[in-house]
Amino acid sequence: MDDCHDALHELYQYIDGELTEGRRADITSHLNACGECFEAFDFQAELRQVVAHKCRDEVPEALKARVAHLIEGEA
Amino acid sequence: MADQATFADAAMPLMGSLYSAALRMTRNPADAEDLVQETYLKAYRGYGGFEEGTNLKAWLYRILTNTYINIYRAKKRRPDETDLDEVEDLYLYRRLGGLEAAQISRSAEDELMDWFTEDEVKEAVEDLPEQFRLAVLLADVEGFSYKEIAEILEIPIGTVMSRLHRGRSRLQKSLYDFARSRGLADEDTDPDAPPRRQTQKAR
Repeated sequence: MDDCHDALHELYQYIDGELTEGRRADITSHLNACGECFEAFDFQAELRQVVAHKCRDEVPEALKARVAHLIEGEA
Repeated sequence: MADQATFADAAMPLMGSLYSAALRMTRNPADAEDLVQETYLKAYRGYGGFEEGTNLKAWLYRILTNTYINIYRAKKRRPDETDLDEVEDLYLYRRLGGLEAAQISRSAEDELMDWFTEDEVKEAVEDLPEQFRLAVLLADVEGFSYKEIAEILEIPIGTVMSRLHRGRSRLQKSLYDFARSRGLADEDTDPDAPPRRQTQKAR
């Protein structure tokens, strides 16, 4: 179906919030009507969150202290 | 013009993001620490040139990225598009989406978030060729807009989109390989085989 094809073509721009309001509304209404596209979009949006969530690391305290110290030294 | 006296208060809270990105870039904690330290020093020295009220995080990322490129690549190569095999769209979804649906009916708490360990996701990101890795990091992990990424990496928006698209597809392929190696998915989740889930849902 053409609507599905068009929607999938803009999937990343949609989940990245990069579409114009009008285009975004078009796709949202397609997603509300099409279960298959909705699932695919939902999966991709969730995957983006997984990547964001799992790529966090604690800054070593020693690094924070060292940088703070270096900056003070520059002042 | 930003006042250097305000630098620490504004910039220090962003160090967690920058350090995580530096780790994905260098793939090594000692180098990541050096990179962050160098970035903060440069940023402090150049803070007078930062326009207050604009995006400090994007500004710091630009310094981080340039510093990384300068240190870890002898010269800034032209963005020669590293060859990435074409990976189909929705690669992971087509292989695991059905599995997810099947499992959710059994166990509601079994979500995509729990399928992959932190180490697996980090490794999948770090395995991406550099230019794709940077785009994916900036978009998916840091949530920068295409325009911001274009400015940070000094490439056109169209290039940002294509690197993101290809990087994300490749990332999905790596994640799928992890899933397969753990037996989470198997051959019959491959869409080239007959699909295990037919979408015959009453909606």
